Amino acid sequence: MDTSEDILQQASPGLIPGSGTARAAKVTRLSPSFISWLQAGPMMLVFLAFFLIPLVFVVIVSFWDYNEYQLLPAFSGRGYTDTFEGCIAQLPDLCTIAKTYLKTLKLCFLVWVITLFIGFWVAYFLAFHVKSKTWQMGLSLLCTIPFWTSNVIRMIAWIPLLGRNGLVNSGLVKAGLINHPIEWLLFSEFSVVLALVHLFTFFMVVPIFNSMIRIDKALIEAAYDAGATGFQTLVNVIIPLAKPGIVIGSIFVITIVMGDFITIGVMGGQQIAAAGKIIETRVNALQFPAAAANAVILLAITFLIITMMSRIVDIKKEL
Amino acid sequence: MKEGRPRSFYVLATFFAAYVLFLYGPMIAIYVLSFQGPQGGLTFPMNGVSTFWIAKLFQGTGIVDLGAAFRRSLLLGIIVMIVTVVLSVAAGMAFRRKFKAQGILFYSAIASLIVPSIITSLGISLEFRIIDDLIKAHWNENFETSMGLLTSGLGAHLTWTLPFGLLIMFAIFNRFDPRLEEAARDLGATPWQAFRHVVLPIILPSVIGIGLFGFTLSWDELARSSQAIGAVNTLPLDLQGLTTTVTNPDIYALGTVISAVSFTVITLALGTIHVLNKRQAAKGSDAGQGLV
Repeated sequence: MDTSEDILQQASPGLIPGSGTARAAKVTRLSPSFISWLQAGPMMLVFLAFFLIPLVFVVIVSFWDYNEYQLLPAFSGRGYTDTFEGCIAQLPDLCTIAKTYLKTLKLCFLVWVITLFIGFWVAYFLAFHVKSKTWQMGLSLLCTIPFWTSNVIRMIAWIPLLGRNGLVNSGLVKAGLINHPIEWLLFSEFSVVLALVHLFTFFMVVPIFNSMIRIDKALIEAAYDAGATGFQTLVNVIIPLAKPGIVIGSIFVITIVMGDFITIGVMGGQQIAAAGKIIETRVNALQFPAAAANAVILLAITFLIITMMSRIVDIKKEL
Repeated sequence: MKEGRPRSFYVLATFFAAYVLFLYGPMIAIYVLSFQGPQGGLTFPMNGVSTFWIAKLFQGTGIVDLGAAFRRSLLLGIIVMIVTVVLSVAAGMAFRRKFKAQGILFYSAIASLIVPSIITSLGISLEFRIIDDLIKAHWNENFETSMGLLTSGLGAHLTWTLPFGLLIMFAIFNRFDPRLEEAARDLGATPWQAFRHVVLPIILPSVIGIGLFGFTLSWDELARSSQAIGAVNTLPLDLQGLTTTVTNPDIYALGTVISAVSFTVITLALGTIHVLNKRQAAKGSDAGQGLV
C-alpha cells in the first residue's frame, strides 16, 4: 500500500516536507476495509433491496393463500397445487403445465442451438479472420448496435416481412412458388424462434469473441505445423479454449429465453404458452401466490441448467 | 502464414455479411415504413412518402400520450444512468482490493443478470405490495402505493444496469496500471486527489461507456418494468401495448423515434469517448516536452 512513503519516512523523517502532518492525518483517516464497505455498500444495498429481498418474497408468497381480491398471509400450498392441478389424475397424459414447460424447453433448446451456431462463427470470423484492430472494433460495434435499441421494435420489425401480405409471402407468390400466402410465418413458433435468435445472438457473440481473442495465435500455428487439418485445429484447439465463452453465452441465452414472455407474447400472437407467460397471466389475474409458485419452479429449472453448465467452467475465473 | 486469404475467409465473410443483413434488414424495413404516406398500411409497398405518422405522434392525437411516456422514460433513463455510473465506479474501486462480502456482491450481480427478468420484476412488485399493506395496516389507511417510476421502477432498472456497469469496471481495472496511482501517492496526493486527477481521467472514456449502457438499457427496458413500474407506463411498455392492437404505421413511427433517441445517445457517447481518447493520447504523455 503506502510502503514507499513509509520507507522514506522511516529512513529520514525530515526528507519529505509536510509528510509528517500527512502522516498524522492518515491515522484519523478511515481504515481500508471501511472504505471498501463505503464504496461497495451502495451497490450491495440496491441488490439487497431490489433483488435479494424480492427473491425471498417470491419464495414466501408462493406459500401464501389467496382469493380473488387479495393475498392472504397464511401458509398454503395452493399456489403449487393450482399450478399442477390434474397432473397426477391425467397421467400418462401430460397436463397443461408440464406441456408448457416442455414447450419452453424446446423453444429454449432451438434458440440455444441456432444462436450458438451463428454466434460461434461470427465470433470466429471476427477473432481470427479480421486482422486489423480497427476493422475488428468496427465490425464488433456493428453487431452490438442493434442490442441498444428496443426489443419490441426489433420484434415488430418482422411484421412487414413475415406477415400475410409481407415481403416474403408476396415475393414467393410473385415468383410463382406458392399460390397462397404461408400462414405460419408470423405468430407461430417459427416467428418466436426467429425473433429470439434475432434479439439474443449478441449475447453469444460477445463472450465467445472475448475468449477467442485471448487464444494465443502461436497455438494455432503450432497445431498447423504439427500437421493438424483446419477441422482438427478447430475441434482440438479452438473449441476447448473458447469453451468458457461458449458456456457464458449459453447461460445468458438460456436464462433469457426460459423467462421470456414478451417476445413469445408478441411474436406468438399471444397464443403460445410458455413458462414466463404463465407467470404474467397469473399476475394479471391477481393470483400472486400462483405466479410466485411458477416463478420458483422456473427459477429452480433455470438454476439447474446453470449449475450443469457451470460444472464445465469456473465462471468467476473467466470474468 | 500463407499468402492471400484462405477459402474459409470468404465463406465466413459471406456468413458474417448475411448475419449483419439479418440483424439490420428488418429494422431498416420499419424505419422506412414509418415514412408511409397517410394512406399507407403496415406492409410494403410504400403508399407514398410522408412524415404524416411521425407528426401524428407528436400532435398527441395518436394512440398513446407519447409526450408523457417519453418524458418519463427520459427522466428514468437519466437517473438510472447517473446512479449506475456512480455506484459502478465506486464498487469497481472497492474490488481493487480484497474485502469481505466481495463474493456476495459479485454473485449478486451475476445472479441479478441471469435470473429471468419476470422473476425479479414479480419479486419487486410483491415486495412493494407487502410494504403498502404494512403501511395501510399500521400507519395510514388511505395510503395508495409506494410503487412508482422512481421507487420500484428505478430499483428494477438498476438490477439490470448495475451488473453491466460492474463487469465493465472489472474490464477497465484489468487494464489499469496501478503504478500510476502509486506515483500520485508518492507525490503526496490524498486518495481522493489520486482518484480525481489520476484514476478518473484515465478511466473516463470507459465510464462514459457505462453511462451509455445505463441509459440505453433503461430506455429500452421492458421485462423488468412490466410488473414493477406501478401505474404509469414507460415508452417501451406503451409500445408493447400497441403491438396487440396495431393497425396503423404509427407504431413504426414510434419505433423509429425511440430508436432515434437510442442512436443519438450512442453517437454522442462514442463521440465523447473518441474525443477523450484523442486528448489522452495527445496530453497524457510528456514525452518530448523536455524537463520542466
